[in-house]
Amino acid sequence: MNKKQKKTLLRIICSAVLLILLRFLPVTGIIRFFLYMIPYLLIGYDVLRKAFKGIKNRQPMDESLLMCVATMGAIILGLYEDGTGGRGDYVEAVAVMLFYQIGEWFQSVAVGKSRRNITELMDIRPDYANIETENGIEQVDPDEVETGTIIYVKPGEKIPIDGIVISGSGSLDTAALTGESLPRNISEGDEVISGCINLTTPLRIRTTKEFGESTVSKILDLVENASSRKSKSENFITRFARVYTPAVVFSALALALLPPLFRICAMGLAPMWGSYIYRALSFLVISCPCALVVSIPLTFFAGIGGASHAGILIKGSNYLETLSEVDTVVFDKTGTLTKGSFEVDGVHHSPIEESALIEIAALAESASTHPISQSLIKAYGAKPDRSRVTDIEEIAGQGIKARIDGKDIAVGNTKLMKAVGAFYIECPDDTGTIIHVSEDGKYMGHIVISDIVKPNSGEAISRLKAYGVQKTVMLTGDASKIADKVASELHVDEVHSELLPADKVSIVDRLITEHQGKGKLAFVGDGINDAPVLSRADIGIAMGAMGSDAAIEAADIVLMDDDPLKTADAIRIAGKTMRIVKENIVFAIGIKILCLLFSALGLAGMWLAVFADVGVMIICVLNSIRALLDPGRKAKKA
Amino acid sequence: MKKSYKIDVDCANCAAKMEEATKKTEGVKDAVVNFMTLKMNVEFEDGADPKEVMPRVLSNCKKVEDDCEIFL
Repeated sequence: MNKKQKKTLLRIICSAVLLILLRFLPVTGIIRFFLYMIPYLLIGYDVLRKAFKGIKNRQPMDESLLMCVATMGAIILGLYEDGTGGRGDYVEAVAVMLFYQIGEWFQSVAVGKSRRNITELMDIRPDYANIETENGIEQVDPDEVETGTIIYVKPGEKIPIDGIVISGSGSLDTAALTGESLPRNISEGDEVISGCINLTTPLRIRTTKEFGESTVSKILDLVENASSRKSKSENFITRFARVYTPAVVFSALALALLPPLFRICAMGLAPMWGSYIYRALSFLVISCPCALVVSIPLTFFAGIGGASHAGILIKGSNYLETLSEVDTVVFDKTGTLTKGSFEVDGVHHSPIEESALIEIAALAESASTHPISQSLIKAYGAKPDRSRVTDIEEIAGQGIKARIDGKDIAVGNTKLMKAVGAFYIECPDDTGTIIHVSEDGKYMGHIVISDIVKPNSGEAISRLKAYGVQKTVMLTGDASKIADKVASELHVDEVHSELLPADKVSIVDRLITEHQGKGKLAFVGDGINDAPVLSRADIGIAMGAMGSDAAIEAADIVLMDDDPLKTADAIRIAGKTMRIVKENIVFAIGIKILCLLFSALGLAGMWLAVFADVGVMIICVLNSIRALLDPGRKAKKA
Repeated sequence: MKKSYKIDVDCANCAAKMEEATKKTEGVKDAVVNFMTLKMNVEFEDGADPKEVMPRVLSNCKKVEDDCEIFL
């Protein structure tokens, strides 16, 4: 609570106590009126002042004016009753003002609290950087650190600026950026990004960017400016409030004047002015649109905050809205559904241990820098012992011949096998690169190397279906054989293969124009070569943004790591947020219309009116905050 | 030129009013008021001096919403 909120709370308590005391005081007439004016002015003076200023500045149609007219009207009715010998009711006017202030106070506390919650979730801004100077290590503003400076990051500190580790190795907590709870291991020569927390050993890092260009600045900028791109729902609410308040004021006026006039002229009855004016005043109290005006933007902000905590950055609430309407998801294959790096996929027809065959192949390829060689060496898992290998001979277009542990080894394609006279076996599973191996002219089997599907891709596709996505499409530049294999493995509905980058745009274009109904199309890519497609799709989702500026620029939604499951998470969060928005709109407008009817018919007094205003708002605000909580992940520790 | 200012305002509707008022101020090309982050991004017209424009923005905002503050 800030100072202003504390002061309001004190005023609420004082006037509530006064109001209760006054009920037991045996005073009557004009003294009683003045006594009741004490709590009324105590609780309402700022509302009165604001309404007065509103009129002066020609901005009269706001809730302060509604409250003033309603409460002052009730007081005047009370005075009139007092004057005609009855006992006027002033409690209602004070109570209405009191509850209005309680509502405002609650709203302000709740908004402040969720604002703090959300900014805490995104608390990745580093406060300082340690640099070496003549006087030892000094803390400076990260903004002042030039590119190429060496910074120190102690265990427990945040890495302030993107860079390369020049000494030290250990693990980093990337949870704030990716939502990934497993620490990432790093060692000398690795690139590190700002915002990660160093967990174990001190690191020396040479910065490769300025602070303003570093990942952490870009992310903060993106999230903080996210809610400035307003969604249709938010714009609807703003327009609605603009029309709604004047409409209610005129209806109230009509309610106060027309029925009594009708009674006099047409029915010859007593006009009952007091009763109808009272109904009109209740009408005014109910009408405040605050529940909607406050809770809808709050819901979007909470949804965006919750998503960014899960490593999903959404550039604006309009994208959150569109994302919830997505029924077609188009994936790029390489780097999105597959890892985009070659790995050993299998070993076939080998008379010896699979690992032994990989060892032989890795040794033979140990001098080569070809990606295939690298993947063999990676699968071997250790640094090949070069002293075991002699007479390496690279035969272009065929492979490598070498002597390993005194044996003649050939590692390569079928041509090489023919050349050394080995009886090779063709691989029926023709979806990757096949590496045949022979030892002293004898066939030893082959190794299949292919672009591996990410472990979560299948799960991601099936979850998307569960969240209401009708069609999944995969686009790739690869040969159709490989594409079809991946597609059937993942149960993707539609595949387009052997595409050039420009073809991808035209296919997405066609999918959008052919598409019936109001469902939207999302494209998921890794941000490399697919910027045009990202911007053509209704929603562009870029994956693995850590470090890729192009992706952050082109996409509407950025996933911080390259886990395809995040796509499904994003759609789930969007769906939940929009559901809450709709609940709030329906609930708030529904209850208000109901209460307006009741009060017009004279069935409800100001007490119900206050509930319709304050109660509905409190419920809507509480409902909004649900958008912040994502049941798919463990709630953050308090 | 773009600048960002911290603001203080009580409700989302008031923030929207501030945004309108700021946009209408002379020397301001575009403005976005973000209620949730309590920040205001102002884009000034070419040649306009923020130091000279911002007090006018503040007084215009005060006119539509008395309870607001811009920390210049």
